[in-house]
Amino acid sequence: MRITELFDNGEFVVTAEVGPPKGINVDHVVEEAKEYLSGITAVNVTDNQSSVMRMGSLPACIALKNAGLTPILQLTCRDRNRIALQSELLGAAMLGIDNILCLTGDHTKMGDHPGAKPVFDLDSVSLLHTVCQLEKGMDLSGNPLVGEAPKFAKGAVVSPCSDSVDAQLAKMERKVMAGAEYFQTQAVFDSEKFISFMEKAKQFGKPVQLGVIIPKSAGMAKFMNNNVAGVHVPQHMIDALAADKERAKAGITGVEIAAQIIKECRPYCQGVHIMALGWEAKVPELLKLAGI
Amino acid sequence: MLITELKSKDTILSLLTGKVFIINCHGCKEVWFPEEDANALQKELPNVTGILTTDYICNPEHLKLRLSKHEAAINEADMILVFSCGVGVQTVAGFFPEKKVCAACDTYALPGFQGVTPLEYDCKQCGECYLNLTGGICPLTACSKGLVNGQCGGAKNGKCEVDPNMECGWERIQRRLAQIGRLDALKCPVQVRNYATDAEVSKK
Ligand code: SF4
Ligand code: SF4
Repeated sequence: MRITELFDNGEFVVTAEVGPPKGINVDHVVEEAKEYLSGITAVNVTDNQSSVMRMGSLPACIALKNAGLTPILQLTCRDRNRIALQSELLGAAMLGIDNILCLTGDHTKMGDHPGAKPVFDLDSVSLLHTVCQLEKGMDLSGNPLVGEAPKFAKGAVVSPCSDSVDAQLAKMERKVMAGAEYFQTQAVFDSEKFISFMEKAKQFGKPVQLGVIIPKSAGMAKFMNNNVAGVHVPQHMIDALAADKERAKAGITGVEIAAQIIKECRPYCQGVHIMALGWEAKVPELLKLAGI
Repeated sequence: MLITELKSKDTILSLLTGKVFIINCHGCKEVWFPEEDANALQKELPNVTGILTTDYICNPEHLKLRLSKHEAAINEADMILVFSCGVGVQTVAGFFPEKKVCAACDTYALPGFQGVTPLEYDCKQCGECYLNLTGGICPLTACSKGLVNGQCGGAKNGKCEVDPNMECGWERIQRRLAQIGRLDALKCPVQVRNYATDAEVSKK
């Protein structure tokens, strides 16, 4: 099922993110997803997230699909050139993966193989364009594909609370132009910023899923403020997390914060995308508290 | 060694707005410049307020001196069209933060010595100069990922994700385009790099 059909039906689409293991056993990932994420629409599978080498997104997507979930294949441009990316897309379509999310990807220097060659032959925009070409039955060079063309729900990301919000909006517009059909955002902790972003983004007419992280502690919040692009946790949330360490540790405070953000932003967006970062078990509770 | 080649006449004509001041760099010995073609084309261009032909425009001190002699003609012009390698265009653009500065040439690399290009500006000789879409800031050298379709999600406090001491190139480009009233450049068609003309590939 392509998740764009649900957006078209006016559904509020809930997705969450899982990361493949650094190893060959996916049982744990699949079990957790089955237990905590089977109630939601679809599950993103990251592509060597933060440039840390892991199992590929596609095989992990297949494992989830075989377990009855709807995976979204994340594809970055960091590790593969246009030939490898197109080839991966054809393979994904053959295996029945029809939801994708196209990203530029973090730089190789950010990860655990800082000496690796950063590829970036394409970027998120030209990758979306490439997918559209494949859907028209030809490759990026214009050579015809044999037989049926693939069809994907094509997603992209945007960072609404970035301090370069104009550059982000300009990039979002280019992504729409290149064929993006839905957007997932970087984690939002400031509803007002998100709402004012959406006021400008709604001109593009594409569904946007609010990005949500459940903050685990005051330390984690501060770390994100200092290190994670486009994420800013306001001081009053940090204070709330610091006030009662036991409650924060049990996830109660974090879930409350995340649920509050979802409630405030829900009228302005078309879904939520949860980056649980190991707290998959808290997702059902979060959705319940947020009233979804 | 570098080769500069004129962009197509259609492309150059599409860059023109209002009155034009032209700068030719007949450059250094390391750059081959299509002098005859450039002269022929310039004769056909309308509304030219003046032409400065010199060498080493990549040297800011030297360029400043030359520019001072053409102040009136430059002020009168709505834009500056530069016939030089990518470094030269960036040097000129650096002098005129509020004027539209366009590149009329693409820059390729030839095997061997790379040319004595100076200081802050850099050109990777990509063979399909993007400076006209980016307000005269080279996206291949100013952005750590060499992105040609806009900013990635990695900038934090205006700095690049790869190096907190480096300003995000696309943030600079965005600011520059806003300053010269050229934000429409961000609505150009999807750009796909052609590595067949790139120094990295064609050097073999
Ligand atoms: S875009 Fe950059 S690398 Fe390419 S020719 Fe222009 S200045 Fe040189
Ligand atoms: S942060 Fe800016 S300069 Fe760095 S890779 Fe991203 S777009 Fe390029």
